Amino acid sequence: MTEPLLRVRDLKTYFVTERGGGTARAVDGVSFDVYPGETLGIVGESGCGKTVTSLSILRLIPEPPGHILSGSLIEFEGRNLLTLRPPELRAIRGNEVAMIFQEPMTSLNPVFTVGDQIAEAAIVHQRLPRKQARARAIEMLRLVGIPDPEERVDHYPHQLSGGMSQRVMIAMALVCHPKLLIADEPTTALDVTIQAQILELLDRLQAELGMAVLLITHDLGIVAGTSDRVVVMYAGQVVETAATPELFAHPLHPYTEGLMAAVPRIDTRVSQVRGRLHTIPGQVPAASGWPAGCRFHPRCPYAWDRCTAEEPPLLDAGRGEPGSHAVRCWLLTEPRRRTPQA
Amino acid sequence: MNVRAWLALLGAVAVALAAVGEARRLAARGSRGRRFFRHGTASGGLFVLAFFTTVAAAAPLVAPYPPSSMPEIVALQNAPPSLAHPLGTDVYSRDVWSRLVYGARVSLGIGALAMLVAVTLGAAAGAVAGYARRWVDPVLMRLVDVGLSMPRIFVLLMVVALWERLPVSALVLVIGLTGWFGTSRLVRAEVLSLREREFVAAARALGARPARIILRHVLPNVAAPLIVSAALGIGSVMLLEASLSFLGIGVPSPVPSWGNMIADGKDHLATAPWTSLFPGLAIAIVVMALNAVGDALRDALDPGQETA
Ligand SMILES: Nc1ncnc2c1ncn2[C@@H]1O[C@H](COP(=O)(O)OP(=O)(O)O)[C@@H](O)[C@H]1O
Ligand SMILES: [Mg+2]
Repeated sequence: MTEPLLRVRDLKTYFVTERGGGTARAVDGVSFDVYPGETLGIVGESGCGKTVTSLSILRLIPEPPGHILSGSLIEFEGRNLLTLRPPELRAIRGNEVAMIFQEPMTSLNPVFTVGDQIAEAAIVHQRLPRKQARARAIEMLRLVGIPDPEERVDHYPHQLSGGMSQRVMIAMALVCHPKLLIADEPTTALDVTIQAQILELLDRLQAELGMAVLLITHDLGIVAGTSDRVVVMYAGQVVETAATPELFAHPLHPYTEGLMAAVPRIDTRVSQVRGRLHTIPGQVPAASGWPAGCRFHPRCPYAWDRCTAEEPPLLDAGRGEPGSHAVRCWLLTEPRRRTPQA
Repeated sequence: MNVRAWLALLGAVAVALAAVGEARRLAARGSRGRRFFRHGTASGGLFVLAFFTTVAAAAPLVAPYPPSSMPEIVALQNAPPSLAHPLGTDVYSRDVWSRLVYGARVSLGIGALAMLVAVTLGAAAGAVAGYARRWVDPVLMRLVDVGLSMPRIFVLLMVVALWERLPVSALVLVIGLTGWFGTSRLVRAEVLSLREREFVAAARALGARPARIILRHVLPNVAAPLIVSAALGIGSVMLLEASLSFLGIGVPSPVPSWGNMIADGKDHLATAPWTSLFPGLAIAIVVMALNAVGDALRDALDPGQETA
């Protein structure tokens, strides 16, 4: 079996909030692997700690107020990123592990041309001379499917549409051909039709460049078409993980079930899509006050007294290879409770 | 005043007009330029600045007499404006127009150079304070508080009093060194908000070093407010230089500056008002021009209007 490209073990990223509001345990013991060339989807509602997880990987968490607890491990190709010195870390950022952000419009620097932004990583990591950097930028624009790259290379961000900006962001991230691309809600800010195009583009680039993708989204529907495996996050923890077909065929965590019920089917109208996450009652609590016991119990239709008292560990579902499908839910020990009491 | 001087003056006007025309032509291409000239006073302000800059640069051509020559100390003392002396002469029989022309070099030069020193220091301090936080920020900002709470003119008086005769270069340096506090606050505030912007996170995610992030990704975004504050600041530096020179501790006397020209004429305001009036007018016009251009720049460079 191949070695994972990225190993995250027991990652804990806390924020010390001002005014003595307590500690926000934004990411609280998350573990997962990303294998070379695969796409791993991380899914969860807003506020579950997905962004903090992704920022923690490259140590981009603002410190203070944030800090990654010792005992956490983030290993990329055998190197623990959490103990690397800043220059070694910078050599990895943008070069071997790249990132794209949710808001393409604000993630581009308004005073630089598209070409300058795209070339930045190549200049930083490969000390590419100006002329070659420009040629590389044009080549990247062509790669991400932007028409008239020779002209676009001199445009400023405000001259681009949202979808165009996200393509530029992708070009920026991929200049150095990273082995891992972390994409944090890459399509959330975009129209539905543009969303599909961007996902298609990511898919094609992944195949062409042979990179792994960590795809973060709140939308299980996006994961279904793109990811090989899925990690479902809730309240700073992994609550379920499985291969994508397995997860969709046998969702075991009530939260996953809820998310799945919320995925719009092809016949769903736009008006219904808008309110899609409301199918799970309630909302994600604040990270400074996760509920005791199972963190999902206040919103869970099956919860019983054990759920309020005891926090469930990540249990092996016993399906397929050991560990391939794991769930953080007491239902696994008492499956007959799954039928909700009338 | 001879033919050569009149021709040179006409030439200076022509050059200034041409400069404004060229600027308008270039500006019409972009939305920023169009916003700049949408200000009614922008063209006028630009013309005034271009004119005085040209005159200062070509001073030996434009000035009919050497600035300090005293042809007839008795007969030509405080002579009113005439064809030979279009702005009259001062108490030492020196030609006021010639001194005004050479004074433009000194006054504009001090204004621009001192502002350059102040803006550079202010931008550096503000950027470091805003980006570094931790202990650097509070230390720098307390220093700025101290600097801002001291009345500048007294600080300058003190410094100047320590030297017998301050060379002009030292004057520039002293004005610059005491003038960066406000700029640093402005830059720090901008950097504080910019550093939270996603494109800064994106730059960090690309592996850029902190120095590169500040210099290449953050500071260019501060350029607009910095340019505006510099344009407005030159005016206040010129006024400061005038005050110091008026008090006799600025530019030493035989060298003409607009400030010490006013001082030279102050005892003869009743009999020879032109000796103080014209340098005073020059200062007022240039400061107004700088303010007009600064305001127009503020609108032109405002990124909030970028899509317009
Ligand atoms: N800089 C910060 N300071 C304090 N709390 C934060 C900070 N960043 C994120 N959090 C908290 O961490 C939790 C998870 O946030 P995030 O990772 O952004 O969620 P997601 O990306 O899944 O929507 C939230 O409760 C949020 O309030
Ligand atoms: Mg997020």
